[in-house]
Amino acid sequence: MVERIPALIIVGIFQGSVYGLLAMGLSLQYGVCRVLNITHGEFVMLGAVLTFALSLSGINPLLAPVIIGPLLFGLGFLLQATLFRAIKARAPSPPAFEGNALLAAFGVMYIIEYIARITWSGRLMPSYYLVDIVSFLGMKFVKNQIVTFAIALALGVAVYLFLSRSRMGRAIRATAEDASTAGLMGVNTNMILAFSFGLGALLAGIGGTLISMKIAVSTTIGFSNTVIALIVVVLGGLGSIPGSFVAGILIGIVSMLVAGFLEPVLTVPIYYAMLMVLLLVRPTGILGKK
Amino acid sequence: MDITRFISTHRKLLLVGFLVLILIFITTLPLYARASDVRVLTTILIYVVLAVSWALFSGTTGYMSLAPAAFFGLGIYTMALLQKELPFFLIIPIGGLVSFAFAVLIGLVTLRLRGIYFAIFTFGLVVFMTEIIQFLETRLWHKHGQAIIPIDNETLLYTMLVLVVVTVLATYFIRRSRYGLALLSIGGNEEAAEHMGINTTRTKVLIFAISSMFMGAAGVIAAPSLLYVNATIAFSVFYSFMPIFMAIFGGMGQVYGPVIGAVIFGYLEKTLRAQLYSYFMLGFGIIMVVVILFLPNGIVGLVPMLQSKLGGLMARLRKGEQGEQHANT
Repeated sequence: MVERIPALIIVGIFQGSVYGLLAMGLSLQYGVCRVLNITHGEFVMLGAVLTFALSLSGINPLLAPVIIGPLLFGLGFLLQATLFRAIKARAPSPPAFEGNALLAAFGVMYIIEYIARITWSGRLMPSYYLVDIVSFLGMKFVKNQIVTFAIALALGVAVYLFLSRSRMGRAIRATAEDASTAGLMGVNTNMILAFSFGLGALLAGIGGTLISMKIAVSTTIGFSNTVIALIVVVLGGLGSIPGSFVAGILIGIVSMLVAGFLEPVLTVPIYYAMLMVLLLVRPTGILGKK
Repeated sequence: MDITRFISTHRKLLLVGFLVLILIFITTLPLYARASDVRVLTTILIYVVLAVSWALFSGTTGYMSLAPAAFFGLGIYTMALLQKELPFFLIIPIGGLVSFAFAVLIGLVTLRLRGIYFAIFTFGLVVFMTEIIQFLETRLWHKHGQAIIPIDNETLLYTMLVLVVVTVLATYFIRRSRYGLALLSIGGNEEAAEHMGINTTRTKVLIFAISSMFMGAAGVIAAPSLLYVNATIAFSVFYSFMPIFMAIFGGMGQVYGPVIGAVIFGYLEKTLRAQLYSYFMLGFGIIMVVVILFLPNGIVGLVPMLQSKLGGLMARLRKGEQGEQHANT
C-alpha cells in the first residue's frame, strides 16, 4: 500500500496540472469579466471533441491546438463582446450583472452542448495518443501523462508571465481591479474583457486536447469538467491565477489518492468536503487576497 | 358596457373565479381524461412547485441556486427508503424536513459569504449527491437502485395539487411579509439591508431552506410514478435546470410568473421531449439567452411592456373618439 503513494502523487500532479489549466481560464474569466462562466466545461468538451475530429483527418493531437486554440479564442471573444457586454449594459447593478451573466452562460452551455450532441451524437471518441509506457525513477508512467504535464505547466507559466510582465497583462490586471479607472487611463476595456474571455476559452480548449490524449472523450464530458474547474477555482481563491494552478495540482493529487485507496466514486464528495472546510476556515481560497 | 372597466373594478373577484375554475378543472380531470393525461398534469404540477419555490429564494435575493434537483432527489430517496415503514402522507412532510435540514447545512456554509460562492457550491451539488448515494448503495446496502411501490394516479394528482396550493400560498404570503421585504432588500443591496438591521444570513438560510423543503416534498410525491430509482435517476441534472428555465421564462417578479413558465414548458417537455430531445434542449438554451437579454421580467413582463406601448395608441384613439362626441353634442 504505502509504496504506491509516491507514484500516485506523481500521477496526481500530472493529472492536476490539466485541472489547473482549466481553472486558470475560468479564474481569468471571473476575475476580469465578472462572468462565472459555467460554459467552461463545454469549451473543454469542444477542444477534446475537435481534437478527435481532427485526428480522424490525420492531424496530430499535438498540432491540433494550432487550429482549435484560435477557433475557441474567437468564440470566447465573440461571446464576451456581444452577449455579456450587452447584459452588462442593461444590468442595473454589478451583482445583478453577475446573476444575469450566470444564467445566460447557463443558456449558452445548453446551446453548445446540444449543438455538439446533434453533430457528433453522444458516442465515445477514443483518440488516445502516446500510450507507450516509460520507466522513470523505478516507476512506470504512460508517456502522454508526462507530455500533458509538460504542456500544461509550460502554458500555465506562459500565461502567468504574460499577465504579470507584459503591457497587455498589466492592462488586464488593471481592468480586473477597476474597469472604469482603467478605461480613463486609456485602456480599451471592452477589448481587454473580450480578450481575457477568449484567453480563458483558449485555455479550456487546449485543456480539452490534453484530456483527449488520455481518456476516451464524448460530447457529455462538459458538465463534470465545469464542476471540477469551479471547485478548483474556489479552492485556489476566486480570481487568483497562480492559486488556481496550485489548487488544480492539489485536487489532482487528492483525486488519485482517493481513487487509489478509497473508492473512485468518492472523489467529488471529497472535493466537496475540502471545499466546505475551506469556505468555513478561509473563504478567500489558498492563495486568494483578503 | 366597457369591458376593460369591468375587469379593472372586479379584478379580485375575477381572479378568484379564475383560480376556482382551474381548481375545478384539475380535480375533475381524472373523471373524463386518459390516465396518461393525468400523469402529464401531475408532472406539470411538480414543475410548478419546483419553479415557484426556486424563484422564492433565487428570484428575490439574486443568489442563484443551481441545485433544485439535489433537494428534489432527496425527497425521492426519502420516499424510496421509508415507503415500507410509514404511510405515504407521513413521508411527504418528512421528505420536506430532510431537505430543509440539508439546505440549512449548505446555507450555513455558503450563504454566510457574499457573492458567487453559493452558485458555485450548488452547481456540483447534484454530482455530490449522486456519488454519495451510489457509494452507499453499492458498498453498504449492496443494492442497485430501489423499487418504489406505485400509487394510483388520482391520489398523486390530488396530493400534488394540495402541495401546489400550499407552495403558492406560502410563497405569496412570504413575499408580502417582513421576510419577503428583507429578501428583496438583500437582492437590491445587501450591505444596505444589513445596516437597516436585517439579519441577512438568517433570512437567506431560512428562506433557502423553506424553498428546499417544498422541493423535497415534491420529490416524495413524484417518486411513486418512477417505479424504480437509482442515484442517477433521482438526482438528474435535468430537474435542476428545468425549474430555473421555467422561472426565468415566466418571469420572477410575480408569484404567477414561474407558474405560467412551468405550465408552458412542462406541457412542451412532456409532448416534445421524447421525439426531439436534443433539439428541445437546444431550443431551451436559445430561449434562455434571448429571455435574459430582451425580457428581463419574463413573459409576464411582456404584458406591461406591450400595455405601455399599446396604451399610448389606445389613448390617442380614445381622445379622437371623445373629440367626435363633443362635436356631436
